[in-house]
Amino acid sequence: MLAAKALTALGLLAVGLSAAPVVQAANHTVALVSLDDDARYQSRRLERRYPGHPAGRLLPAAQLGASDAEVGLRAAGHSIKVIEATASSAADLGKVLQQLKTDRVAYWVLDLPEAQFAQAVQAAGSSALLFNASAGADALRGSQCAAMLFHSYPSQAMFSDALAQYLAARSWRNALVLQGPEAADQLQGQAWQRAAKRYGIKTVDTKAFKLSGDPRERDLSNTRLLTNDRNHDVVAVMDADGEFARTLPYATQQPRPVVGANGLVALAWHTQWERNGGPQVNRRFARLAQRPMVGQDWAAWVAVKSIAALVSDHSKAALPEQARLLRSGQVFVDGAKGPRLSYRAWDGQLRQPLFLSHVDGVAGTAPLDGVLHPIEVMDTLGVDEKESPCKAKP
Amino acid sequence: MQPTRTPIARGLTACTLAVALAWSWAGQALAQSVYVSSEKDNKVLVFDAAGKLQSKIDVCKRPRHMMFSKDQTKIYVCCGDSNQLGVVDRASGKMVDTVPLGDSPELFDLSPDGKVAYVSIEDDSVLAAYDLSTKKQLFEVKTGGEPEGVMLSRDGKFAYVTSEEANVVHLIDLSSKKIVKDIKVGNRPRRFAASPDGSEIWVSNELSANVSVIDAKTHTVKGTVAFDIKGMRASDITPVGVLMTRDGKTAWVSLGKANHVAEVDVATRKVRRTVLAGKRAWGLALSQDEKQLYVTNGLSDDMTLVDTQAGKAIRTVAVGRVPHTPLVSP
Repeated sequence: MLAAKALTALGLLAVGLSAAPVVQAANHTVALVSLDDDARYQSRRLERRYPGHPAGRLLPAAQLGASDAEVGLRAAGHSIKVIEATASSAADLGKVLQQLKTDRVAYWVLDLPEAQFAQAVQAAGSSALLFNASAGADALRGSQCAAMLFHSYPSQAMFSDALAQYLAARSWRNALVLQGPEAADQLQGQAWQRAAKRYGIKTVDTKAFKLSGDPRERDLSNTRLLTNDRNHDVVAVMDADGEFARTLPYATQQPRPVVGANGLVALAWHTQWERNGGPQVNRRFARLAQRPMVGQDWAAWVAVKSIAALVSDHSKAALPEQARLLRSGQVFVDGAKGPRLSYRAWDGQLRQPLFLSHVDGVAGTAPLDGVLHPIEVMDTLGVDEKESPCKAKP
Repeated sequence: MQPTRTPIARGLTACTLAVALAWSWAGQALAQSVYVSSEKDNKVLVFDAAGKLQSKIDVCKRPRHMMFSKDQTKIYVCCGDSNQLGVVDRASGKMVDTVPLGDSPELFDLSPDGKVAYVSIEDDSVLAAYDLSTKKQLFEVKTGGEPEGVMLSRDGKFAYVTSEEANVVHLIDLSSKKIVKDIKVGNRPRRFAASPDGSEIWVSNELSANVSVIDAKTHTVKGTVAFDIKGMRASDITPVGVLMTRDGKTAWVSLGKANHVAEVDVATRKVRRTVLAGKRAWGLALSQDEKQLYVTNGLSDDMTLVDTQAGKAIRTVAVGRVPHTPLVSP
C-alpha cells in the first residue's frame, strides 16, 4: 500500500518533469512538525522566558511567513498553506510523519527536540525538504547532517562565534567560564571553547556550577564564591537550561559582565532590532501572536520564506534538485537582518548575522566589523566548509 | 513740523527697507534652501545651498519623506511615528497643519493636481489615498508586505508601489483601485525614479545590489543596472535612493551600506563612477542647476554634498539624528 503510493508519487513527478510548461501544484503545503509534550513548551517553562529559549509555539511565525510571501507568489500562480502536524508524543511521531508522506506534503518545518531529528530525516527520505527552526545542536549540522535537511535556526557554534567575536572586538579577552553539569551544558561549553580559541579569548579558569541550596556545596552554587577570581574580564556561563545563569548578572564578586546564557547573549532575533525592516516584522508578528518575536519564531518565519523563494523560481524542479539549488547559495531570502541570506552548501545551514543582545536590546551584530573571510564574511560564524564533517549531499 | 517729520519719515523708510530686505533675504533663503528631515529629532533642518544650517522646524514624530505642495509654498512631510502628514509653511518656517494617516506611513507621491497624497502604509500593507483639503482617506489598496516606494504615472492614473517583502512592484489602477499587475523585480525593492520621457521606471533592489529597469509601456523588466565597487562584495552594496537628471542621461543611485553614490549612464546602464559619501547613504536630491548632489547618510547623521561635474564629495555636514530625505527648494 505504502509502496504503491510512493510509486504513484514518483509517477506524478515524472509526468511533471516531462510536461515542463505545466506548473506543478500551485498550492504548496508546508507542515509545521512538532510534539505536543515537548518539554520546551510546557507552560511553566515558557513563563520563565529564559533568553535564547522559545517563547511559544511556532505556528504564528510560519503563518506570517506564508502571508508575507503571498503577494510575491500570486503573480506566478503559487500559494503556500501552513498546516500543523503535531504528534502527541515522540512515540506518535512516526504516524504523523507517515501521514505527511501519504498526503505528499513536500515541505516540513521541524520544531522538534534534537532527539527526534533522525526519525524525521529517515521518514522524509527524498520526498520532503526539511527545515530545522528551533534546534541549535551542532551535531545536526555535523555527524547527523542530511542531504534534505536545512537549518534556518543558527547552530550553537554560530552563537558562540558571535559572542567570541564581540569579546575580541571589545578586547575583553579573559573569560572565567562557569560550566553547568548537564549534557547540553557540556555541548555549549565545547562550542564556546572552539569559538574562544578561534578568536583568542583566554579561559582563565573553568568552574563547575550546580543549582543547590546545600551549604556544603556552596562553592558550586554561590555566585560570589564562584566569581571571586580577580583576573577575568567577563564571566561566561554555559547553562542550556537558564535557571542558574539568570541568578548571575549583578551577583558576581567582581564587577564583570556576564555573557553566554545570560547577560550578553547571542540571539537569532531580538524584538528591539530597529533596522533593516525589523520593527515591521516585529509588529506584524506581535499582532498575530500577541507576544514578541524570538529567534525560533524568526527561524520558522524565514524557513517558510525560503520555501517561498524556492517555489517562486524552481517549483518544477524535483525535490532533490530543489535541495541542490538551495545549497548552491543562489536562492536568497530577506531575513530583515541586513544582508540577503542563503544556505551553506556543506551543511544546509542558513548563513545569517546574529545579535549580541542583553535583555533590553541589541548591543552589536555579528559578524563584527573588521572580521574577515576570504569569500563570505557571514561564514565566520559557525562551521566553515573546510571544517565541516558533513558529507551528505543532495 | 519739518524737524519732527523727518525722523519719522526716515524711520518709516528704514522700516520699509528692513522689511524689503527681510523679504528679499527670505526670498533668497527660500530659493536656495535644502530641507532635510531628521527622523529622531522630529525636525526638518533647513540648510543653504552650501550646507550651512539656517534653521530648524519642529514637525511631527519621525519625519521621513518630503515633497513640495504644487504651488511650492508648503512642504508635506510624512511622519512615521505619529502617523501624520505634516504641512510646513515655508515662509513662516512652521508646521501649520497635519493630516492623519494610517499606521507607520513611509513614502508618498502627490496627484498631478496636488490635491491627493498617495502614501505607503507599512504596518497595514496598503497604499492609501488622502484628500489633502478634507483630510479624509479616500480609499486604500492592499499591497504586499512592507510597501515603500510610491510613484504616480505622469498622467496620474496609475501608481507604482514597491513591496519589500513580496519583491514586486505593484501597478495600481487608481480609478478601479485595483492592482492590475505585479512586476517581479529584485530582492527588497525600495524606491523609484522615472526617466523624463516617461519610457523607463527604475527601481532600486536593496538586497540584490542592482536596479531593475521597467519598460513603462509593457510593464516588464527590460534590464538591470548592476553595481560593483572594487574591494566590496555584492552583499555590501545596498541601493536605495535613485533619481535622474532632467535630460534623462544620468541617474544617481545611493548604495546604502557601501557608503557610496553611483553615477549611472542611463542609455548604457553602466556605472560611470562612484563617489564616497557617509554611512548608509540613502536620500538623494539635486540642486536646481544639477551641479550639486545632496546625500543623506542615516548612520553617520550627516549629509554629503557632491560636485556632480567633478564627481567628488566636497563637504559633509552634520544633520541631527538619522537624516532621511533631502529636498531642494525650487
